[in-house]
Amino acid sequence: MPAPANAAPPDGLPSPPMLYDLFIGPFAEFEFMRRALVGILALAVSGAPIGVFLMLRRMSLTGDAMAHAILPGAAIGYLVAGLSLPAMTLGGLVAGFAVALAAGAVARLTVMKEDASLAAFYLISLALGVTIVSLRGSAIDLFHVLFGNVLALDDEVLLLLASVASVTLLTLAAMYRPLVLECVDPGFLRSVSRSGGFVHLGFLGLVVLNLVAGFHALGTLLAVGLMMLPAAAARFWTADITRLLLLASGLGMVAGYAGLVLSYAGGSSLPAGPAIILCAGCLYLGSLLFGSQGGLARQLLRRPHLQR
Amino acid sequence: MSAAIRLDDLTLGYDRHPAVHHLSGEIAAGSLTAIVGPNGAGKSTLLKGIAGALSPLGGALTLARGKRLAYLPQSADLDRSFPIHVYDLVAMGLWGSAGIFGRIGPGARAKVEAAIAAVGLTGFERRPIGALSGGQMQRVLFARLLLQDADIILLDEPFTAIDARTTADLLALVQRWHGEARTVVAVLHDIETVRRAFPQTLLLARETVAWGATAEVLTPANLLAARRMVEAFDSHAGACERSAA
Repeated sequence: MPAPANAAPPDGLPSPPMLYDLFIGPFAEFEFMRRALVGILALAVSGAPIGVFLMLRRMSLTGDAMAHAILPGAAIGYLVAGLSLPAMTLGGLVAGFAVALAAGAVARLTVMKEDASLAAFYLISLALGVTIVSLRGSAIDLFHVLFGNVLALDDEVLLLLASVASVTLLTLAAMYRPLVLECVDPGFLRSVSRSGGFVHLGFLGLVVLNLVAGFHALGTLLAVGLMMLPAAAARFWTADITRLLLLASGLGMVAGYAGLVLSYAGGSSLPAGPAIILCAGCLYLGSLLFGSQGGLARQLLRRPHLQR
Repeated sequence: MSAAIRLDDLTLGYDRHPAVHHLSGEIAAGSLTAIVGPNGAGKSTLLKGIAGALSPLGGALTLARGKRLAYLPQSADLDRSFPIHVYDLVAMGLWGSAGIFGRIGPGARAKVEAAIAAVGLTGFERRPIGALSGGQMQRVLFARLLLQDADIILLDEPFTAIDARTTADLLALVQRWHGEARTVVAVLHDIETVRRAFPQTLLLARETVAWGATAEVLTPANLLAARRMVEAFDSHAGACERSAA
């Protein structure tokens, strides 16, 4: 790949290729970029399959609501211990589970549907969380909580992200059959096994776990993006659950990498978290337009129908 | 012949309102029974009760010990938009033997293929279930039933909205199950099919109108009686007097 003439280095050394500078250089040169990449890849590889199941169970908004629900818990952890990883993680997990169970209980015990009760809970949670953080912290801390800081992942956070990814993938593998069956034909699962309830709870647990992990890197508002967008994008390319899961993970990783590259190239004006989610968004929009399974372009294109 | 299913003064319903009440009788092991009756007669409720999806409001329902049961509900709450292939959906019938972790080896795969062939869907293995017609979907569900290898098979209106050819094919499977001495109970609407293919019939109208050999049950007098017996749902109904006895 020849370098353009105007990119000649000032010190007369042989010109390194542009592509290297753009796509590999940042990660070779800076440790924080390498850490960000590892963290985002771990998040994507486990978050995207969770997103696929959320989407297939028509719980896409549930994920969003639970992401918000984590905020007050993490904020209380912050209030108690400052920007401490264990305190905020624990708080987030507790709050996430509490809201998931409470919304389910309200839906079961009252006339309120689960989506409406989730919406109520997450609005309360968001307001409460922002208030709690503001009580003690600065605007910078609030910014950190809302949008994360993917470029400042320390060893503790990386370990958390990697552990969550491992636990998620192992658990998904273990409960794969009943989970799929519970999505396709819950009545049949009930007739052959009593694992339905456990599977649902286990799955909600994984959702909360991944949201809390995503919270540290991408913040409460964007964490759910790396779950849902790759999953939704992948659905436009395949009608097979196995491929869907693999493709979603792959797209998530591509979005994470592309977002970091973009953010580095854009300098300080382009924050990394939003850049990653925007890349995932572009993958989604591209799939929506050109996807082979119900993409818009395919629908507009009039092609002769097949013989059979 | 021993009883596969025994009903003793069985009452089933929702929220204290009985859908069927005071049923007593036996379904013999290896028998082929049709349940017929007007809409609202409690046919589906009875099947649901036998399947264990609904607990009795009164009386008792006893299944023969150690028998495996398979139940095909009327409109399975099946998500047709879920991205899964015919093969994988059929293979779920192996749950009883494979469970959550069990391996699906070459032997099991051969069984899945045989079940798909038995319902005439060879070549459709890789089709997503969303692309199937109503009749093909019913064939898939029958293939899954085949794999469940159950001793007692409950079918709720299996041939409703299904064309003649598919009905004939699936009815042949029901006959095959009967030949294998499995107990089959099916809710049906088409009286002609019942007369032709089902030796036993339970005519139901919230309680038993007649139960026994099909020819003796499906008389014009009984059918007329069944039509008259289904009364309107009364939300202010008092407690059933017979329950006190």
